[in-house]
Amino acid sequence: MSTQVQLQIFEGPLDLLLHLIKKNEVSITDIPIATITEQYLATLELLEILSLDSAGEFLVMASTLVHIKSRMLLPAGADEPDEDEGVDPREELVRRLLEYQRYKDAAGQLEQREILSRDVFARPATPTEAVGPRGFRELSVFELLGALKQVIDRLPKDTFHDVTLEKITVREKMTLLLDRLRQQGSVLFEALFAEVTSRMEVVVTFLAMLELVKVRAILIVQQEMAGPIMIEAAAGMDDAAANAIIDQDTEDLGDDKGEQHGA
Amino acid sequence: MEREDVKSIIESLLFVADGPQTLQRFVEVLDGVDKETIQAVLQELQSECDAERRGVRLVEVAGGFQLRTAKNNADWVKKFLGGRPPRMGKATLETLAIIAYRQPITRAEVEAIRGVDVDGVIATLLERNLIRAVARKDVPGRPFLYGTTPEFLQLFNLKDLTHLPTLKEIDEISLPEIPGDLISLDQLEEK
Repeated sequence: MSTQVQLQIFEGPLDLLLHLIKKNEVSITDIPIATITEQYLATLELLEILSLDSAGEFLVMASTLVHIKSRMLLPAGADEPDEDEGVDPREELVRRLLEYQRYKDAAGQLEQREILSRDVFARPATPTEAVGPRGFRELSVFELLGALKQVIDRLPKDTFHDVTLEKITVREKMTLLLDRLRQQGSVLFEALFAEVTSRMEVVVTFLAMLELVKVRAILIVQQEMAGPIMIEAAAGMDDAAANAIIDQDTEDLGDDKGEQHGA
Repeated sequence: MEREDVKSIIESLLFVADGPQTLQRFVEVLDGVDKETIQAVLQELQSECDAERRGVRLVEVAGGFQLRTAKNNADWVKKFLGGRPPRMGKATLETLAIIAYRQPITRAEVEAIRGVDVDGVIATLLERNLIRAVARKDVPGRPFLYGTTPEFLQLFNLKDLTHLPTLKEIDEISLPEIPGDLISLDQLEEK
C-alpha cells in the first residue's frame, strides 16, 4: 500500500492521526488500530527519509500506537488484570484526539474571521514614537533621572559644610513651582534648578516635581529624544485645583521637611 | 454643542486615532458631552457606515471603536498598499487558539494538547505581541502562564474574549465511562 501524503501539512502526530482517521472514514471513537498504525508507520518512514526535525514526536506516537495495538490483541484482563479490566486501551488516545480536534476547529474559525491587514485594514499606527497630547512624547523615569544627574553634576564642587540648613519643604517647593507655572505656562527642567546651589535643594525640588506629577498637576514632556525637558501645568489646573492638591498632599507629607521625606 | 457637531468631532477623532479608542476616551476629550450621547452617536456612525456601504466601517474591537476598511474592498486595498500581509501558519494559529481558549496556560500544557514542541511558535507569538506572560504557575519550575493581548483581539476583530467563537462540543462522541484507571500516555511517553 502506498501512502502518499504531503508531510508539511501535518502539524504533528495528532494531526497526522486525525488525517488518517478521516481518510479511512472510520469513527474516531472506534479506531481500527491495526490499519491506522500500519499507515502511520508508513508515513513515518517517509518522515525519516526527509529527516524532519519533528520526527521524534512522531516516533513517540508510533510507540503508543504499537503499544495500544498489542494490548488490544491480548484478551481482556490478560495483562495487569487489576488495573485495566474493561478499559479500552484507545480511550486516552481518543480523548487527546478529540481535544486536539477541538482546538484545530477553533483555529480554523479564527482564521475565517475578518483578519486585520488581510481582510480589513486600519490606519497604520503613526510610525513615530507614541506621542501624548499636542505631539509631545512621554519620557521615562530614567531620562528624568539622567536630567537630574546633569543638574547635580553642575552644582559647585566645593564642599563647605553649611550648617544653616535652608528649611524648605517639599510642600513649599510644590507651591512655588505651581505659582511659577501659572505665571510662565511652562518651565525648562534645567531652569527649575538654575538658582539652586545645594544638593539638598535640588533633591527637594525634584521631589516636589515628582509629587506634582503623581497627582497629575503638572506634565513633564519632551518634544524629541534627548531634547529639552519641559515642565508645564496640566490642563484645567487653576488656582483652586492647585491649592486643593497641595493641601491634600500635605496630609501625606505631614510637616516633614523635604530633606526627611525620602519617598 | 449640537449633536451633529459631536458626531462630526467623533468621526474626526476616529479618523486620526491609532488603534481602537474606548468610549471613555471620547468622554474625556469631549468634556461636557454626556456618555450616553457619545455612545448613541457612535452607534449612529456605525449603522450609517454599514447602511451606506461606506468604504470604512466603524467596528467595536479590543474594547474600543476603530475605523476599518470594508471587507469587500480588501483586494483593492491590498493592491494599493502592495506587499503581502504577514501570513499565519497552521502551527501558529493552533497554538494561538489553544492559548486564547485556555488562558492562562503554560507552554507544557499547550504542548500536551498539540502533541508537538511549541517553543518556536510561542517565541513568535510573543514577538508579534499576540500573547504575553501573565503570571507564573505555582508548580515546580514556576513556568510562565500565557494569555492573549489586546493586539490579539485587534487581529481577529474581536470585541473582547467573550466574543471568541464558541468551541465546538465534540464530547458527545466520547467513550462511555468505564470505571478503573485509564492508561496514561504521559507515563508511557516518559519511559
